Amino acid sequence: MTKPPDIDRNVGSASRRRFLREGSALLGGAVIAGGLAGSEARAAENTGNLPPNVPEWMKTPGDPMGTQPYGAPSPFEKDVIKNVSKTLPQYLSASGRTPLQDLDGIITPNGLFYERHHGGVPTIDPAQHRLMLNGLVDRPLIFTMDDIRRFPSESHIYFLECSGNPEYKKPYGKTASDLVGLLSCAEWTGVSLKLVLQEAGLQPGAKWVVAEGADSAAMTRSIPIEKCLDDAMLAYSQNGERLRPQQGYPLRLLVPGFEGNMNVKWLRRLHVTAEPAYSREETSKYTDPMPNGTAREFTFYMEAKSIITRPSGGQRLTAPGFREISGIAWTGRGKVSRVDVSVDDGKSWQQAQLQEPVLTRALTRFRLPWHWDGKPAVIQSRAIDETGYVQPTLAELLAVRGDNYVYHNNAIWPWRIAEDGEITNANA
Amino acid sequence: MPTRRLVFSALAVATLLCATRAEAQSLYGIGRAATPAEIAGWNIDVGGDGSNLPPGSGTVSRGSEVFDQQCAACHGAKGEGGIGDRLVGGQGTLGTPNPVRTVGSYWPYAPTLFDYIRRAMPQNAPQSLSNDDVYALSAYILSLNGLLPANATLDAKSLAAIKMPNRNMFVGDPRPDVKNPECMSNC
Repeated sequence: MTKPPDIDRNVGSASRRRFLREGSALLGGAVIAGGLAGSEARAAENTGNLPPNVPEWMKTPGDPMGTQPYGAPSPFEKDVIKNVSKTLPQYLSASGRTPLQDLDGIITPNGLFYERHHGGVPTIDPAQHRLMLNGLVDRPLIFTMDDIRRFPSESHIYFLECSGNPEYKKPYGKTASDLVGLLSCAEWTGVSLKLVLQEAGLQPGAKWVVAEGADSAAMTRSIPIEKCLDDAMLAYSQNGERLRPQQGYPLRLLVPGFEGNMNVKWLRRLHVTAEPAYSREETSKYTDPMPNGTAREFTFYMEAKSIITRPSGGQRLTAPGFREISGIAWTGRGKVSRVDVSVDDGKSWQQAQLQEPVLTRALTRFRLPWHWDGKPAVIQSRAIDETGYVQPTLAELLAVRGDNYVYHNNAIWPWRIAEDGEITNANA
Repeated sequence: MPTRRLVFSALAVATLLCATRAEAQSLYGIGRAATPAEIAGWNIDVGGDGSNLPPGSGTVSRGSEVFDQQCAACHGAKGEGGIGDRLVGGQGTLGTPNPVRTVGSYWPYAPTLFDYIRRAMPQNAPQSLSNDDVYALSAYILSLNGLLPANATLDAKSLAAIKMPNRNMFVGDPRPDVKNPECMSNC
């Protein structure tokens, strides 16, 4: 992202400075939150729209119906955009991150859903798109998009997370988005993959399904048949509308809880096989090198993880007082059962509130009321999932895996809050 | 009414089950048969064992020419890397603090090289090279890694026969592999 915003995003830096200088005296110590400080400080600058005056936007009609045939966020939210590095070596096989620290709830808006492509984003005419199902099936089949939409449909809320989110080596990111922004969550609608496979009839010996994208990388991953007959689905809609091109329009595979790249986008073919394809993307990439020279392959699941998104790195607390700590937790292995939060650099932990509904393989929002006393502090969260697994520290991960390990970094990311309210990555 | 619906549903389910188990008919009748020609045109998957490699062949020297034209701009004149991945060297480094993962040092299966080049390379024009040129490029890259002699010709059989140095270094997923003691106080 660009400049580090105040946690109250609308506070200008000049007014913040003025508040920091005069605020406590001006407001007599009754101030408990930066939001109030912000609005009071703003009032000193431009009072024309504030009480007792009538705001200008009430004295003239607003935009007429039809001004925006497809709605867009308020112009005042123009800085809430995908976090795309400006210094990537190239942009065809690249990723862009969700601005997690600017979002509430558990659903990622479609325009801010993280992206990872291996050969750019294709523009596919759905009328000319086909899904082929071949290999160890009784009846090799070809489906149009109309065909796919004739199957019984289902909708589920699932997170998607890139396998490498983030890597294990420094430099670690500054913001929640820099660290784990290759993570998003949506309601997906489509058809159970099991139904489609049954339509073709699986033959004995069918152990894997090789999924292939219709992008210029012809992205290929092998999915174990057990997953294909469990909760895998072919999705054509996301948060109620058709998939965005960046998310695989017109059709993508979803393998909930598995690393992002296995959820093959622009899906054009399902090849039922006895053996995995050992494609480039599941051998030379998306494998995890260990210190002894071996490498782990077919490491599908994304393990339990959480992060505090507010307050978080790159933001600034403008005054001591009440702060709600809020963040997100998730696990590829089912439901989040608990999130613990520490506000004393890990010396003690307390249970956060989980926002209902807590869904399987979806983001879960957690909250903890907190009073910042204005002293330096380190805050962090750890997720525990229904298997009993506890999100580890970065040190615990590095001790087992070493820092040549590439993917599946589900470390706790603590935030350091300085006396002046500035928030930074405590692991950096 | 509820009873009648129940009976109907039970019948419908029984019919569907019979259909799947006994005759393996499709449940919904959605989609159409894919012809062998359609499948042959789209099924470009080459197995790690070399299955489904197409006819054709290519030499290391022809691969060198194609590499200069199609690959060197991103992968370096001799596969040393650039915007694109490094393709050459690194054998013996994987267990060190600075592992160099290349085709020669890391990839477990040689046929995957053919599969990937054909489906995805060159990045600006994938699926534009002839099968012969994909064999030639595979031969050249393997040769740069010391895995083929400089005068070699590669085809389906010889590509599948190449034993990659790192073939046996891949292991399964042992996770959960890291334990957080879950301390709550006085940590």
